[in-house]
Amino acid sequence: MVEFALPKNSVLKKGKVFSAPAHAKHIKQFEVYRWDPESGENPRIDTYEIDLDDCGPMVLDAIIKIKNDIDSTLTFRRSCREGICGSCAMNINGKNTLACIKAIEDYPGTIKIFPLPHLAVIKDLVGDLSHFFAQYASIKPWIETQTPPPADRERLQSKEDRKKLDGYYECILCACCSTSCPSYWWNSERFLGPAVLLQAYRWLSDSRDEYAGERLDDLEDPFKLYRCHTIMNCTDTCPKNLNPAKAIAEIKKMLLIRQQG
Amino acid sequence: MDYRTPLARARGLGSAKAGTVHWWMQRVTAVALIPLSLWWLTFIGHLLKSPYSHTVAWLSKPLNGVLMIAWVLAVFYHAGLGLQVVIEDYVHTEWLKIVSVWMVKLTFVFLALIAVMAIFNIREMV
Repeated sequence: MVEFALPKNSVLKKGKVFSAPAHAKHIKQFEVYRWDPESGENPRIDTYEIDLDDCGPMVLDAIIKIKNDIDSTLTFRRSCREGICGSCAMNINGKNTLACIKAIEDYPGTIKIFPLPHLAVIKDLVGDLSHFFAQYASIKPWIETQTPPPADRERLQSKEDRKKLDGYYECILCACCSTSCPSYWWNSERFLGPAVLLQAYRWLSDSRDEYAGERLDDLEDPFKLYRCHTIMNCTDTCPKNLNPAKAIAEIKKMLLIRQQG
Repeated sequence: MDYRTPLARARGLGSAKAGTVHWWMQRVTAVALIPLSLWWLTFIGHLLKSPYSHTVAWLSKPLNGVLMIAWVLAVFYHAGLGLQVVIEDYVHTEWLKIVSVWMVKLTFVFLALIAVMAIFNIREMV
């Protein structure tokens, strides 16, 4: 059966408290999930008090400040710090998002930072995304054609057909949506999840691709696709304001049209 | 130790090439149940107000009998499809999942048969 309660070794404990320097005027509290696989201990919540006058404006700035100035043992992923790489996806005050594009001042009170839900944790805020990316690879996210490319130019696409990719090509695979989906929590072994299904639709709707039929064949499955029960957490949480739920609905529509003529 | 690559795990046993009919029939029965259930509520209203013999006479009219059978079939079909999804979502022990889904299906087929049989026999009770 599905597990609804945390196993004993995942139960959270209270951790260390790092107080702000005495001269600090604007103090913000950050509670951060910490787990070290080598310690053999349960995960804990460490509390960091940060002087906002000595810190950048975004949540990621605060996390980087913690690592640089307060506690270098904190582990997290980050790269572009401008919402295009998807590395700093984490759960901030209960919602999956990118730490680099969320302003600290938009959160009243203490900011609680956890790794993306329902992934195996590697360390602290770093979740294991191997299966997620393997699922992405499984939908063949590249153009598939039988017709060889024209000898003297690229494969052409009308402006109207290019427009059909809008709202889908922008996905950066940060996994915020998939890890917010209860259906993905219970059945991620087989359910592809919103991010990968949105990517699948991006290729289904590309006018240059010639393998829509095979792509649909691969998706038509009670688990790969139809575990989506339109819960809509994906669309609600997407930090890029995309709509994975609509992409999934479009895939279901394509499968239906193919059967009903 | 599982030495399969992540891609082998993600691809798994491939697509079952099924699921669209299940998903679509759940929607079709849901839509059909809107008018049918409104009609059914008028029947329940009738049932509460009238004496037994009137209800039986009302239900043995052909149109009412057909609508009642349609409602019964749509309800059990819809409920069966829905419960199957719930079981597939939450039961992860493979044999238990298969047994549960079939128990649900057989139970609902049986209940539907009982209901249809009762509706057929109602005329004879008058």
